[in-house]
Amino acid sequence: MMNYEAVIGLEVHAELLTKTKIFCNCTTEFGGEPNTHVCPVCLGLPGTLPVLNKKVVEYAVKAGLALNCEISKFSKMDRKNYFYPDLPKAYQISQYDLPLCKNGYVEIETSDGVKKKIGLTRIHIEEDAGKLMHENVDGSLVDYNRTGVPLIEIVSEPDMRTPEEAYLYLTKLKSVLEYSEVSDCKMQEGSLRVDTNVSVRPAGSKEFGTKIELKNLNSFKAVQRALEYEIKRQIKLIENGEKVVQETRRWNEQKGITEAMRSKEEAHDYRYFPDPDLVPIIVSDEWKEEIRKSLPEMPEHKKERFVAQYGIPEYDASVITASKPLADFFEKCVLEYSSAKTVSNWIMGEMMRLLKETGKEVEEVLIKPHQMASLLNLIDNGTITGSIAKTVFEEMFATGKNPEEIVDEKGLKQLSNEDELRKIALKVIEDNPKSVEDYKNGKDKAIGFLVGQIMKATKGKANPQLANKILLEELSK
Amino acid sequence: MELHELKIHELHDLLKNKEVSAVDVTKAFLERIKEVEPQVDALISITEEYALKKAEEADKMIQDGNINDLTGIPVIIKDNMCTENIKTTCASKMLEDFVPPYNATVVEKLNNLGAVMVGKANLDEFAMGSSTENSAFKTTKNPWDLSRVPGGSSGGSAASVAADECAFSLGSDTGGSIRQPASLCGVVGMKPTYGLVSRYGLVAFASSLDQIGPITKDVTDCAIVLNAITGHDPKDSTSVDNVRKSDYKEFLKDEIKGMKIGYAKEFFRQGLDEGVKKSIENALKTFEELGAEIREISLKYMDYALAAYYIVASAEASSNLARYDGIRYGHAAEKYEDLIDMYMVSRSEGFGKEVKRRIMLGTYALSSGYYDAYYNKALKVRTLIKQDYEKAFQDVDVIVGPTSPTVAFKIGERVEDPLAMYLADVYTVPVNIAGLPGLSLPCGLSEGLPVGLQIVGKHFDEGTILNAAYAFEKACNFTAKPSFKGGAK
Amino acid sequence: MSITKDEVIHVAKLARLKFTDEELEKYSHQLDNIIKYVDKLNELNTDDVEPTAHIVPISNVFREDEVVPSMDREKILMNAKEKEDGCFKVPKIIE
Repeated sequence: MMNYEAVIGLEVHAELLTKTKIFCNCTTEFGGEPNTHVCPVCLGLPGTLPVLNKKVVEYAVKAGLALNCEISKFSKMDRKNYFYPDLPKAYQISQYDLPLCKNGYVEIETSDGVKKKIGLTRIHIEEDAGKLMHENVDGSLVDYNRTGVPLIEIVSEPDMRTPEEAYLYLTKLKSVLEYSEVSDCKMQEGSLRVDTNVSVRPAGSKEFGTKIELKNLNSFKAVQRALEYEIKRQIKLIENGEKVVQETRRWNEQKGITEAMRSKEEAHDYRYFPDPDLVPIIVSDEWKEEIRKSLPEMPEHKKERFVAQYGIPEYDASVITASKPLADFFEKCVLEYSSAKTVSNWIMGEMMRLLKETGKEVEEVLIKPHQMASLLNLIDNGTITGSIAKTVFEEMFATGKNPEEIVDEKGLKQLSNEDELRKIALKVIEDNPKSVEDYKNGKDKAIGFLVGQIMKATKGKANPQLANKILLEELSK
Repeated sequence: MELHELKIHELHDLLKNKEVSAVDVTKAFLERIKEVEPQVDALISITEEYALKKAEEADKMIQDGNINDLTGIPVIIKDNMCTENIKTTCASKMLEDFVPPYNATVVEKLNNLGAVMVGKANLDEFAMGSSTENSAFKTTKNPWDLSRVPGGSSGGSAASVAADECAFSLGSDTGGSIRQPASLCGVVGMKPTYGLVSRYGLVAFASSLDQIGPITKDVTDCAIVLNAITGHDPKDSTSVDNVRKSDYKEFLKDEIKGMKIGYAKEFFRQGLDEGVKKSIENALKTFEELGAEIREISLKYMDYALAAYYIVASAEASSNLARYDGIRYGHAAEKYEDLIDMYMVSRSEGFGKEVKRRIMLGTYALSSGYYDAYYNKALKVRTLIKQDYEKAFQDVDVIVGPTSPTVAFKIGERVEDPLAMYLADVYTVPVNIAGLPGLSLPCGLSEGLPVGLQIVGKHFDEGTILNAAYAFEKACNFTAKPSFKGGAK
Repeated sequence: MSITKDEVIHVAKLARLKFTDEELEKYSHQLDNIIKYVDKLNELNTDDVEPTAHIVPISNVFREDEVVPSMDREKILMNAKEKEDGCFKVPKIIE
């Protein structure tokens, strides 16, 4: 049996977070009644002309820099001509041979710890088309709200060899784009779209097999699953002596298979030519540096810095920096509390647990970093016990109140008054003769039970070390 | 003299001195339109009610002391410029019922100045043609001889000025469509430097060549209209400000001593009418008498300009006209089999022959396998032509020559032979290819029909052209008026 | 070079135009003449010449990212022949 390897490439379209469309001043706001975010320009009325949104160029360059690309000094807009009802001008203004960004890469780490660079061929800017709806029986409806929303198209080199690598590439890409603040990358809302192409060849071969394009991929996991299926399908065909037909196939999520799409069009001849209504884009070195300065710190860099600066383990750093809001929370907290490791533990432990349970996003968490720091200080100065602190934290998460308030309101202060504790200890000794007997007979473990009883009697508020000390004193009397 | 015979600056003096009101002026032109339109057929729409309303507003402006050169002046706009809530057809079945919800920038500008639009002018469909015979609705007749064409594509605009249906009109010029009809109709027509006038609202034909410009009765009026319509428009990425930022009227001087005037030896070519040649030679003599220096130059790539033009213009047109599918506006087919068929039927029913021919040529020139051989090649030849002119302008200030190789030809004479029709543009097209400014004004008659003299200048040097034209106009003293030959007067 | 009838049919499809056989004959002939004419450009050596896509030497023309209210939907739909529920309507598409 021959060994095969897959060759996978990914094409990602991301909507940019500008306020207005790429060539007109209509809002890019999601939703809205059909055709209420449209003007003569994005509708392509006769006589109208496009004017390029400066922010679109900035965001695209920003993404390019974050993805390690070369920024083209000179680039231009081209027309991609084809007919479809969701394309009002019957051409899409895009970039053909001189894209804004080229030759970048994304680093991924596979589950077996192997680090790999996935190349990015290019990133270019273009306009989105409208939306078609097919619910009616007697026709399809067109809504042009989305026409003209700015997109960047990110094309990878066919460097991925496994569906897992494709998945990792996508998660890394999304993280970088989020960190760059150029796109919110929400596949469910359509602000991130993925197409993939895959071929197989005998392992070690240099030639490429026939490439199949896959569409209708609605999540990163779907991409992975679709690729897994398709690779198997292609290998099976080849092993049966059949040829892989070059085509576009559709992923069927329910059936878990790829299907040939209805052959609806012949291969497009897009007749690209430079758009005469738009002038070239020149990104000077100064402009590029200005944009680079505005780039927030990228996840990779932040992770390394957290390890170096705060001395937390790499694993913790990678979990915390996977989400920018979480990383920001961590850092602000550490400004006011000295032990970064403690903060990290609380985030990795209690915070992540509550986030998972409540399904909230980090941005929605009510706890402020300084409140977190206060809580940790309350433990350190003995005001509350470690276990009480967890209760307080839960309350903070639910209400956003200050820890001091919660401790006061709920009377959760640690009990450290020796006299009071002694009274309770004496009561516990009195109430648990057997355990006392056990202890006196050498069973040291019985102390644990008795301390536990003190904790129970004080509803967890007793200072455990003090309780332990007093208990021992009394028992030795 | 009748009001409708007057020029912009003459009407302005009357209005300023309150000798007439804007409403009076407008009514006079509307009367004139009623009188001559049946013979000339220059207009697709007559906007009577709208005009009277605008005239009243103009009178109010004048009363408030707020009068400028164009307040109360009747204008006709070529029907490929969008006018809000007023049908804009591009002389095509495709846009027969199209009502734009917005104004072209130039229309907005004229409105703000108080100009009064009395109608939309006929043209070759989508501005493609040199005779106005390609209009889907009517063929405009040349007021000098109603059996002849007015030229094109701005034939309606030029004829309406020649017939005194307005004080001035706006046309558009992609390969000569302002200058050639101006020449054939004996009026002044100018194509400004590419980028000087906003194209926003001009229904696109060939984006890298289209320009809007004035058609007027004299050079002074031309300067006045240029003042009104030029200027950077943030809605048009290809529009620029005139670096000189001047009042074009300042160039209306009759002094041109020492001006260097070029005449290309390539202008003497096959197809140049003897009568036209004689008029041009006389014009050159006039320039010499005025103290200018005539120099022979060479525009060696001139003969290739037409070929380059037809490729570039058709390619851009094929893309610009792809949006016409009947879905959002325009002619929609009633019977079709499926989506693709719907596109095909709507477009085939909506477009005329010449438009379809150019869309086909343009699509071919851009198609896979042919882009380098045709479109890219044409863009390279464009560079050569641009360089040709740059070299010539090192030695001369303006280049002078015939606007059209012939005077107005007969209606129907060239309609079946597209190539013969294309050759009408041989003198005008290179100017568009190079993006230069060019003006045509009458310099004489041949066989009783007007001959146009073309003056071409450097980029953004409209001033020198106006200077040369003004001086020539004064010396030449062309006062002939159309006689509506072949029709009832 | 000249254009064949098959090429004309292909180009017509690309341009979404439909012709009768008679028209096809006529157009093929006319287009062929025009293409033969424009072929004269091949007489010129342009190996070292850059194409001029834009005659005005300007670049970086931009606008600011500020929202301006969109046009009333009524005006947007004004010229459409087929519309429904605030949308433009086309023949049913099966994707």
